Amino acid sequence: MSTETLEQKKEEVVQKPAEGLLSKRRRRLISDPLNEDNPITVQVLGICSALAVTVKMEPTLIMSIAVVFVIVFSNLIISLLRNLIPNRVRIIVQLAVIATLVTLVSEVLKAYNYEMYKILGAFVGLIITNCIVMGRLEAFAMGNKPYDSILDGLGSGFGYAWIILTVAFFREMFGSGSIFDFKIFEAVGINNFATNGLMVDSIGAFMVLGILIWVQRSKTGYVEH
Amino acid sequence: MRQSNGYIILFTAIMTVIVGGLLSLASQGLAPAQKKSIELDTKSSILSSVMDRAQLEKMKPNEVLEMYDKRISSLVVDINGNIVEKNEKGEPIVAEEVSILKNYKKKPENRLYPVFKYMSAENPDKVESYILPLYGAGLWDKIWGYVALNTELTTIVGVSYDHKQETPGLGARIGTPEIQNRYVGKEIYNEQGELVSVTMVKGEGNTGLDSHQVDGMSGATLTGKGVNDMLKNYLNYYQSYFKKVKSGSVAAL
Repeated sequence: MSTETLEQKKEEVVQKPAEGLLSKRRRRLISDPLNEDNPITVQVLGICSALAVTVKMEPTLIMSIAVVFVIVFSNLIISLLRNLIPNRVRIIVQLAVIATLVTLVSEVLKAYNYEMYKILGAFVGLIITNCIVMGRLEAFAMGNKPYDSILDGLGSGFGYAWIILTVAFFREMFGSGSIFDFKIFEAVGINNFATNGLMVDSIGAFMVLGILIWVQRSKTGYVEH
Repeated sequence: MRQSNGYIILFTAIMTVIVGGLLSLASQGLAPAQKKSIELDTKSSILSSVMDRAQLEKMKPNEVLEMYDKRISSLVVDINGNIVEKNEKGEPIVAEEVSILKNYKKKPENRLYPVFKYMSAENPDKVESYILPLYGAGLWDKIWGYVALNTELTTIVGVSYDHKQETPGLGARIGTPEIQNRYVGKEIYNEQGELVSVTMVKGEGNTGLDSHQVDGMSGATLTGKGVNDMLKNYLNYYQSYFKKVKSGSVAAL
């Protein structure tokens, strides 16, 4: 039985012409989640962390890197194992892979950037339950080849990253009057800039995110069905 | 075959071993670096109650640890102000490693109380201020910090507070120098010599505060109450030690 499947696969490989490393389809894997199929603004996933960590740019950047790392590698691992994973326990396997990677990120952060570990602590752990990661594993990596899965992970990861970084940019600018803790308003000579407490609260994230979604959808013409 | 129970059990067993092994390796390998980070964090927050924060932030990790070794001398006392050197198992106790959280869960009379003495730069035998740890409950979760008292143990020379998740922009302000500087120079005893601690009042922009009061945080009265309780409780726990220091019986230590 196993030899049969092997032969079938060989045939498939022969039949398909070799695809370019960055063919049009593969570029779309990366570019779609950045805009038209963005995990946050279009799929509306991962909102919890988008609200929680975006008070300032620095933790947001660390969080973005962590999510990109976890999503790319879990996509790769699941894609490599996709033909071995028993269908009935696939969600558990996916969770185990994500949880392992997240724990690694959190341990490394604790060892080398304790300040950020204190700020992000709980939220790094919550990447495990970030629907974007699980969603990509279940919807993509389980049925696609490793290289495509990496591209898909990069696309979704950066799609998540640019949105939360944009939200954090506005929240830190209006909420704390700074960007990456650099006091921009004082630097340009405005010393009495009144910071907006609403921006520091989660409400600020809702508002910025809402405006982002509005702007994006009016451009792409996307409507909910 | 892939869907048979035997295969599923085998697959999950192998997966568990690999994942478990990987994680324990990582945890073992990173343990020294993590311990160092935590040590640095504790020591810089102790120092920040007596030192200028901006200056402290500019220092490199090694400089902070060096500074700490040079200027801080620590000891552990019990509720009666007696010095405790060994735990129940007879192992020596290190003040920096005493977990305030774990002790907080015990009854006050069974707790260990670390004292960090900030020594003078010129004369390493002369105490410049006494730094005490604090621990309590804020509005949402735990709050903690350090309070530094002058040599006479009557006046606050600095505080450093931290919190787990007080409301950003409201209660979380206890972590900022803006709030903490309000405590400098406040007195913890009244004229009769009774401990009154320092109280954060309700509302912000209050005038006519006496030497036992600091201005409040607008919109964060409950966090302020948590800070007040924490400060008063811990100052109270150290009273026996203070008496001994003042009478000179443990001054040599």
